[in-house]
Amino acid sequence: MADHVAAQAGESEHGHPRHELSAYARRVYAIRDILLEKGILTGEEIQAQIEYIEARTPANGARLVARAWVDPEFKKRLLADPKAACSEMGIDATSLNEFVVLENTEKVRHLVVCTLCSCYPRPILGRPPDWYKSFNYRARAVNDPRGVMREFGNDVPDAVEIRVHDSTADMRYLVLPVRPKGTESLSEEELQKLVVRDSLIGVVDPLPAVPEQGV
Amino acid sequence: MSGAAGKFRPGDRVRVRTDDRPGHVRTPSYVRGKIGWVERAYGDFLNPESLGHGGDGLPKKTLYLVGFHQGEVWGEYKPWGRDRLFVDIYEHWLDPA
Amino acid sequence: MPRGHHDLGGTPAGPIDRTEHQLDDWEILADAVNQALGAKGIRRTDELRRAREQMDSDLYRRLSYYERWIASLETILIEKKLLTKEEVDRKVAELAAKWGEP
Repeated sequence: MADHVAAQAGESEHGHPRHELSAYARRVYAIRDILLEKGILTGEEIQAQIEYIEARTPANGARLVARAWVDPEFKKRLLADPKAACSEMGIDATSLNEFVVLENTEKVRHLVVCTLCSCYPRPILGRPPDWYKSFNYRARAVNDPRGVMREFGNDVPDAVEIRVHDSTADMRYLVLPVRPKGTESLSEEELQKLVVRDSLIGVVDPLPAVPEQGV
Repeated sequence: MSGAAGKFRPGDRVRVRTDDRPGHVRTPSYVRGKIGWVERAYGDFLNPESLGHGGDGLPKKTLYLVGFHQGEVWGEYKPWGRDRLFVDIYEHWLDPA
Repeated sequence: MPRGHHDLGGTPAGPIDRTEHQLDDWEILADAVNQALGAKGIRRTDELRRAREQMDSDLYRRLSYYERWIASLETILIEKKLLTKEEVDRKVAELAAKWGEP
């Protein structure tokens, strides 16, 4: 997808945007062309960034979590040195500044936000969802975490402590959710499917185990 | 995230400074003046207040994970229970409390 | 002290819109140009943040996410004398002519 946006406008049909653009959207094509003309960037460098970010998806986070659920030793390593644990799983975390994994328990739920901008572990999970970048999430996650989680359908009991992390600096946070009950017989691959993106941010729990349906 | 050479240790009580300094800072206003504790020392990092204005980020600043009780930050008007809030704060924004 | 328009934690806010949109090509381009410049050490993330913090507050609130990125990127590139606003204006007009404006 989008392999054409790196190409210089006018070089081919591909430089042409598909439909009406806002004034700011137009300016990024102009800025791109000027940077290319001046040799500050190359089309290959831009293309490489598109491919880099599109190769990052929440599936990486799901793989880390599912492995941690089935392998307690891996879980220890993931919590102690998340970047090393990523590299063990073939997940490239080298461009992350610092990476911290927050372990949920039956008694504790973590929620990650960036109130000042929208910091997110992009090198692992890819681009953040729109709601994560929204002003309302950035405003409310710190002083109304329970209300926010309830909006996502996650009613956290009063007895469970909520720990909100505002990622204001170089640390990037990933939540290690609690393994759902009744998933003892599931394979690592099946477990990965339960680890939805939003559970890695902490706003929801993973999907529940789906009981086998008689067909 | 290696050697934590800063002046605070995990468990130390700290108060976030209320400095009104111009330019790019990464200490949210909601936490300024609030008292919390050092949960973890993350090590030394380039100073964003310098990087944001074209500087080299040096000298590096020690970064801490600072914990707060929600009631301390927002007041007791909500039944916060044990809920906590954690913010990454650079050493020059913290005083002993 | 005045709170910056970006400093949103704890400010009054309504429900969270959970609608997600498929990124448009210009948003993908804005993201990639930005990252490519970062990878080459031409701009720092904190500079872009600072430019967004300093922009007009109404504009900050009105623009979409990647529009804010583009605005801050242009500011920083101008500041670093890598291009000028006039060059960008001229190129916008050139592209409009090429793409066929109404």
